[in-house]
Amino acid sequence: MAGSNPNAKPMNLTLNVWRQANRNAQGKIVEYHVKDISPEMSFLEMLDVLNEDLLHKGDDPVAFDHDCREGICGSCDLFINGRSHGPEKGTTTCQLHMRKFSDGDTITIEPWRANSFPINKDLSVDRSAFDRIIQAGGYVSVNTGGAPDGNEIPIPKDIADRAFEAATCIGCGACVAACKNASAMLFVSAKVSQLALLPQGNVERKTRVENMVAQMDKEGFGACTNIGSCAAECPVGISLENIAILNREFLAAKATSNNLA
Amino acid sequence: MFLDSKAPEGPLAEKWDQHKFSVKLVNPANKRKYDVIVVGTGLAGASAAASLAELGYNVHAFTYHDSPRRAHSIAAQGGINAAKNYQNDGDSVFRLFYDTIKGGDYRAREANVYRLAQVSVQIIDQCVAQGVPFAREYGGLLANRSFGGAQVSRTFYARGQTGQQLLLGAYSALSRQVAYGKVRLHTRSEMLDLVVADGKAAGIVTRNLLTGAIENHAAHAVVLATGGYGNVFYLSTNAKYCNVTAAWRAHKKGAYFANPCFTQIHPTCIPVSGDYQSKLTLMSESLRNDGRVWVPKTKELAERLRKGEIKVKDLKEDDRDYFLERKYPAFGNLVPRDVASRNAKQMCDEGRGVGSTGLAVYLDFADIIQRTGAEAVSQKYGNLFAMYEKITDENPYELPMRIYPAVHYTMGGLWVDYNLQTTIPGLYATGECNFSDHGANRLGASALMQGLADGYFVIPYTIGDYLARTAPKPVDTSHPAFAEADKAVQERTAKLLAIKGNRTPDQFHKALGHIMWEYCGMARTAEGLTHAKAEIQKLKREFWQDLKLAGANEEMNQALEKAGRVADFIELGELMVDDALDRNESCGGHFREEYQTPEGEALRDDENYAYVAAWEYMGDNQPERLNKEELQFENVKLTQRSYK
Amino acid sequence: MSLTGLFLCTFLVVHLVGNLQLFKHDGGAAFNTYSHFMGTNPIIRTIEWGLVLGFGFHIYEALLLTRRNQSARPQKYVVNHAEQNSQWTSRNMGILGSIILIFLIVHLYNFFWHARFGTLDPDINNNDDLYTLVVSSFKQWWYVLLYVAAQVSLGYHLWHGFGSGFQTLGLNHRKYTPLIKGIGYAFAVVVSAAFAAMPLYFYLFTNDKGELTSAVAPLVHSLTLALK
Repeated sequence: MAGSNPNAKPMNLTLNVWRQANRNAQGKIVEYHVKDISPEMSFLEMLDVLNEDLLHKGDDPVAFDHDCREGICGSCDLFINGRSHGPEKGTTTCQLHMRKFSDGDTITIEPWRANSFPINKDLSVDRSAFDRIIQAGGYVSVNTGGAPDGNEIPIPKDIADRAFEAATCIGCGACVAACKNASAMLFVSAKVSQLALLPQGNVERKTRVENMVAQMDKEGFGACTNIGSCAAECPVGISLENIAILNREFLAAKATSNNLA
Repeated sequence: MFLDSKAPEGPLAEKWDQHKFSVKLVNPANKRKYDVIVVGTGLAGASAAASLAELGYNVHAFTYHDSPRRAHSIAAQGGINAAKNYQNDGDSVFRLFYDTIKGGDYRAREANVYRLAQVSVQIIDQCVAQGVPFAREYGGLLANRSFGGAQVSRTFYARGQTGQQLLLGAYSALSRQVAYGKVRLHTRSEMLDLVVADGKAAGIVTRNLLTGAIENHAAHAVVLATGGYGNVFYLSTNAKYCNVTAAWRAHKKGAYFANPCFTQIHPTCIPVSGDYQSKLTLMSESLRNDGRVWVPKTKELAERLRKGEIKVKDLKEDDRDYFLERKYPAFGNLVPRDVASRNAKQMCDEGRGVGSTGLAVYLDFADIIQRTGAEAVSQKYGNLFAMYEKITDENPYELPMRIYPAVHYTMGGLWVDYNLQTTIPGLYATGECNFSDHGANRLGASALMQGLADGYFVIPYTIGDYLARTAPKPVDTSHPAFAEADKAVQERTAKLLAIKGNRTPDQFHKALGHIMWEYCGMARTAEGLTHAKAEIQKLKREFWQDLKLAGANEEMNQALEKAGRVADFIELGELMVDDALDRNESCGGHFREEYQTPEGEALRDDENYAYVAAWEYMGDNQPERLNKEELQFENVKLTQRSYK
Repeated sequence: MSLTGLFLCTFLVVHLVGNLQLFKHDGGAAFNTYSHFMGTNPIIRTIEWGLVLGFGFHIYEALLLTRRNQSARPQKYVVNHAEQNSQWTSRNMGILGSIILIFLIVHLYNFFWHARFGTLDPDINNNDDLYTLVVSSFKQWWYVLLYVAAQVSLGYHLWHGFGSGFQTLGLNHRKYTPLIKGIGYAFAVVVSAAFAAMPLYFYLFTNDKGELTSAVAPLVHSLTLALK
């Protein structure tokens, strides 16, 4: 069915997909062919078609992470034709549509590659390093109950807006995947900035940035060399400005905190 | 069986305070001796896990995702209601309570709903303290908007991503407790059974989704915060992984399932474009504030439009039927979700739908663009228009949007009492997973409120009452009930893999979704439901004879995961049909064509159906037993809704 | 990297300004006076050690960074189109830096070594005649080529490095960052072009003594007048 556009012609595509049985197995690119792909399909729906085919043949379907399919949960994580989330700017894999490709195209699909993101299977990677970084300090230490009235802390609108923009990070890892150094700076900086901008984050400002950066280093991510691929590939447009804020916060904390370690 | 809601006596406004005083407390020194399992890490689960850990309990949090932050709460767009009355426009706890009861078409429990309205104000304070960047006015105070036709502005929001910001707030609180060692996080672990030992919830059995390992976990109490079951329809606005398995397995172990037929169909979703469609995307309800809904006046015009013989612009004003404005002059395009959805379906059933499938109506912004300019419209709806264009490749500034209703939320769920405890002692259900607060229809911006109310402010009190009556002895998995449940899970998994038939889990899921949507969707009839029941039973037999899977249990096997979920959806589907057949009235999201007013509106039967239908599992392929919780309305007067 | 890098930028400015003396048509007198001052002034000699440390740390940090960043992605992508999301120069600072380092070694050996430890003939002011060495060096095509290649590398290196240094130090502001970046790009172009102009000037336009050849003398003369 051609969907809303009666002129949309179905496509035949060649897929080069990374297959790897588990974390320790040797992986390789395997070539597949899919037929009659509607341009109205999302990229993941195209992979659904491939997987249904494989299953019918009794083959193991390609494992990949996905869930909300509306660009917000951050599950999907495909490196498509040499780009995080594929060719379209500001778009997660699930929101990428097949009309961005042409009949006869060959599409190479790989998992995020980074030491800190081990491969679970095929295209699914383990991003728990991100969780551990948040656990190191990506929060305001307030227990439930006892919070003052929400309007007791006025926050200038532009500050609230900037904090919000930083807070929209979906934790997909496209920044790490795109970075030549596999650095997690954009991810870490988004959380540090959000809480550094807001008065609520002020109390733990120094320990937060020190601990989060220490955890980031411990996880084995590369260091930032300000290449800018991360922000260019970020599906929600997290800005490089956040990395500068992180750097500033970190230097200030290191210079003035009472942490002697 | 008589279902005791355990709602406290006394005046409505004092019930919760009195109850908090009357529940037993756990000695602070003993709290660390209790283990609590929380399944699900969305708003309800993450907030509960964090709050319980803060109190000192040892919490085990389970999610099938790779991270707690991926739960589908994250996708909620609109906002969260709270009776703060910051806008000085006459809001109050009682008004929020009243609106919620009325919006739910008088099928919710008064005491629960009032408590929800009460704690709503604390939720906002808590989230602000966590650093949730709510929208602000220029003076620095919190901004509000009116939402879903509410007459007061009580909705707090963070652009179109409120659910994301609230979930990340709860996730940060949870992460903090993980760092303290008070919460142990089990990611990529799917609950496949509940363990009931000596009549009480004693733990769960999970499958590690990376290794296939079946694992047993014991605790003094279990909290299910596993969301709704909208994916029983295959296509819905739910995320792909959303499923009923945890709740359903608990149901089969003795937890009653309440009002399963109460599902909410959201009117403004992007329509289906083909058979391959894997999910539906919601467009915020706010679009109906300025968009006008219409279809071509005649079937012939619609047909020519679908074939591409004429274009939208060829249709003159006289050729267009603004059916909501015509039928409901007072509310027009802003009628409640269920009314808007049903009318869209009716137009398409008449053959007047648009788009290549004929299953869509127009939502047209031409008027507002002409009146205020494209720039002003972009300010208001820019991100939604961009999302629409990304998915459909059509520019809504030039062509009217095509929309169609889609399954969005399930009001039904595990039956819980005032303490959020199910019919199994020690088993609790929070958030969308339970049935408690929305009656037969949920108001916009109330789902986030309920999830967080349950997790932050209700369960921390009520679970203590149960734990205080339980000995603070260490728990383990030595009870034979664990071995039994473990074995059952292993056997079931092996059985799925051994069928080696011809149809994939997705094929069965689509077939089920088709039956449910056709006969148990926006409009239902006794005849259709009876037909559906037979169809589902047939599908269930075919499933267990003709399922096709690949690979083994001992690996990451997404098709196997899916198969288990589909099997449970099929069983739930049958119960939904039973429930819809039992309820010989129309109310909220449940519309039985036999029961409507002469104007075609839902006709409630308060005399015979003002009850919660709580279904009790009686064994495989046995009819379930209906238990009723009669609803008492002491503080509101039951009226027929009218939007004319 | 940022602190040492920006410090080295200040060195480039000083070095460039001094070396502009080469363009003075005085047979190298001013240049030799300048180089004599640089070689003998005790303050300059002290700062020189700072410079050595600056280079040393910059290179040391670069090596550490490269090693760490390479180990952060042990398995490379089969297909990677980084050129679609970032500038070539930002991704190749190591290569650019290495070219500059090779140049630096040659450069130091050829000029600095001779000036400091070698025995150069005295000029008319009895300063060491470094000027003549410069002129004769710049008459060799391979030397000029190395210089120009190194300056192109330096230009690219600075194109990324200048703004990047500010970013790493957290010196970012919505108002000023675009300006800083603009200055960085201009700095990269001007500094590298000016340095590259020196060998090209002597190779193309002068004789063995550094005097303008007759063919271009009127042209250069009128240009100089016009600029004045």
